[in-house]
Amino acid sequence: MMIDVQGTPLYAYTGTKPFNPAQPTVVFIHGVLNDHSVWILQTRYLAHHGWNVLAIDLPGHGKSGGEPPATVQDAARTVIALLDAMGVAQAALVGHSFGSLIALQAAADAPDRVSQLVMVGTAYPMKVSPALLDASLNQPYKAIDMVNVFSHSTLAPPPSALGPGTWLHGGSRALMRRVLASNPKVNVFHTGFMACDRYDQGEQAMERVECPTLFLLGTHDQMTPPKAAQGLAAKARHGHTVLLRAGHSLMTENPDGVLMALLRFLKR
Amino acid sequence: MSGYADPGFDTLALHAGAEPDPSTGARAVPIHLTTSFVFESSDHAAALFNLERSGHVYSRISNPTNAVLEQRVAALEGGIGGIATASGQAALHLSVATLMGAGSHIVASTALYGGSQNLLHYTLSRFGIETTFVKPGDIDAWRAAVRPNTKLFFGETVGNPGLDVLDIPTVAQIAHETGVPLLVDSTLTTPWLMKPLDLGADIVYHSATKFLSGHGTVVGGIVIDGGSFDWDKSGKFAELTAPYEGFHNMVFSEESTVGAFMLRARREGLRDFGACMSPHTAWLILQGIETLPLRMARHMSNTEKVVQFLASHPFVGRVGHPLLESHPSHALAQQLLPRGAGSVFSFDMKGSREQGKAFIETLKIFSHLANVGDCRSLVIHPASTTHFRMNDEALAGAGIGPGTIRLSIGLEDPDDLIDDLKRALKAAEKAAGKAGA
Repeated sequence: MMIDVQGTPLYAYTGTKPFNPAQPTVVFIHGVLNDHSVWILQTRYLAHHGWNVLAIDLPGHGKSGGEPPATVQDAARTVIALLDAMGVAQAALVGHSFGSLIALQAAADAPDRVSQLVMVGTAYPMKVSPALLDASLNQPYKAIDMVNVFSHSTLAPPPSALGPGTWLHGGSRALMRRVLASNPKVNVFHTGFMACDRYDQGEQAMERVECPTLFLLGTHDQMTPPKAAQGLAAKARHGHTVLLRAGHSLMTENPDGVLMALLRFLKR
Repeated sequence: MSGYADPGFDTLALHAGAEPDPSTGARAVPIHLTTSFVFESSDHAAALFNLERSGHVYSRISNPTNAVLEQRVAALEGGIGGIATASGQAALHLSVATLMGAGSHIVASTALYGGSQNLLHYTLSRFGIETTFVKPGDIDAWRAAVRPNTKLFFGETVGNPGLDVLDIPTVAQIAHETGVPLLVDSTLTTPWLMKPLDLGADIVYHSATKFLSGHGTVVGGIVIDGGSFDWDKSGKFAELTAPYEGFHNMVFSEESTVGAFMLRARREGLRDFGACMSPHTAWLILQGIETLPLRMARHMSNTEKVVQFLASHPFVGRVGHPLLESHPSHALAQQLLPRGAGSVFSFDMKGSREQGKAFIETLKIFSHLANVGDCRSLVIHPASTTHFRMNDEALAGAGIGPGTIRLSIGLEDPDDLIDDLKRALKAAEKAAGKAGA
């Protein structure tokens, strides 16, 4: 569905279910050069099991209009504004990579609006190498291939998203190319990486988070290895860490593992 | 950046989609000969049916052995995933039926396998889908053939019977300007010789019966989705961008930004048309693919030697292989198929139908049958077999002469192949008087 968020048309996948104010709501926030579809299995399941799901395309990405967020803080404001637009008093926030920092900042900025925080494939600081930053700007296709290699841990995942017969490496590459092409004005690849690289409020934000926090990390993640989340996890007041056998693309490489961890956490 | 995380073609041919079986330690891919898969619970069952969780339900829709094959070919082609089908023809039908219904139109190359031509020209027209055929090299004709209801461009990487090379970058560009995808039959070239998706095609399919299997043992097909075509942006494919009552009102392009075609092809096409592949067949094709790089290299080196032999033989007129500068697609083949334009080609003997028969019947190593892409060398004489009802004039219209011979070069010792051809050509020459040619 398209939602008017302070004048910006924001797309959110709802699992083909109408919004039900009586149900709890979960907002899913994707990472750099991704979109709502990376969460497809988890969001579809939750939408059919008693949750409202809003899996957004960040502004300037995919089906959403507006300017792509230049900072984590900008994006966090959009997430809170989305809750306002939907009339949601409180929601769980689930973010992946760049999206996990956005969810963190939103939970810190509006602690009364966030019931649970889930940081998937996260790290702090989330520094991006100068070579990759440069490639994302000047050789984006090459950079996509680099990220794709770093994001997957196996050539033979268990039944993955979208389902049997899916070649994850190819799917990720095609999606990143599509999202890059979705914004002819701004290189959302470079913008996203810059926002991750420059974000320096992680520890302060974590200290302001009041809700339970789940760190969902891939044991074989080369982009954000589990040890890179330890500092942040140590700051979490109600933190809980789950390690899954997966690379950085946990949601697609180990969709059932992510779903089960989410269910256990959201039902607590 | 090579290694396990970023493997090359030969490594993918062996490893993509498979690792040692976690339950038994079996190193080779197990053959999962089972119709169905036990649900963990009622909720698990419902979630699988509603596409909320990933897994197998029933082997018509998906199967673990088939899934390895699908991932492997997708990896080799550079696609996002694949769907194994009962045959190459089933793969073509699945592709078309997923994208359109009655009232739609296809622009297709004239240089197609006969079965594909039949499907488009006769069978699909019976179901309200029309096709305009254009010569693959006539770029203006592709553009001129477009109608408001055109939904697909279609051609073969190297077309029957003359090995016309499809200018995929150019034809894909016209297709995309028109807002439709380009579907390519890549059977004769395999991803070892060309990756059509990298050149601009959107969907690729194979008769896996041929080089992918490589041993002439099983019939199968596979469709690979490149994930590159933007169905929403095109606006011509309500099949993928509007709610589909036949599957939970799903909007396939919303569920998956890049995999909408694959989703509908599996969830509707395999479910309803049912042209699925047996896991045993998938396993045999996987065995073939493991040696695809080695076999293709040998197919090509043998072909080069046979083409050179035939091109210099006095009883041979035309040799229709783009290796030769005289071939109309020579320059395009150099550009798009630097490793070679395949090992299936035809040549014309300077003789009659009877001499063609004499040639065929003298061969000892080449097998006379209606297939291509076997590890063994194959031969067929169209004028006395596939096209025997046509007179010489009609044959000429189809680009076939009375002495046209089609070869599929296998993996034997090249000197033995040349010796076999040399003896058969001599026998054909001698048959001239007897046949009254």
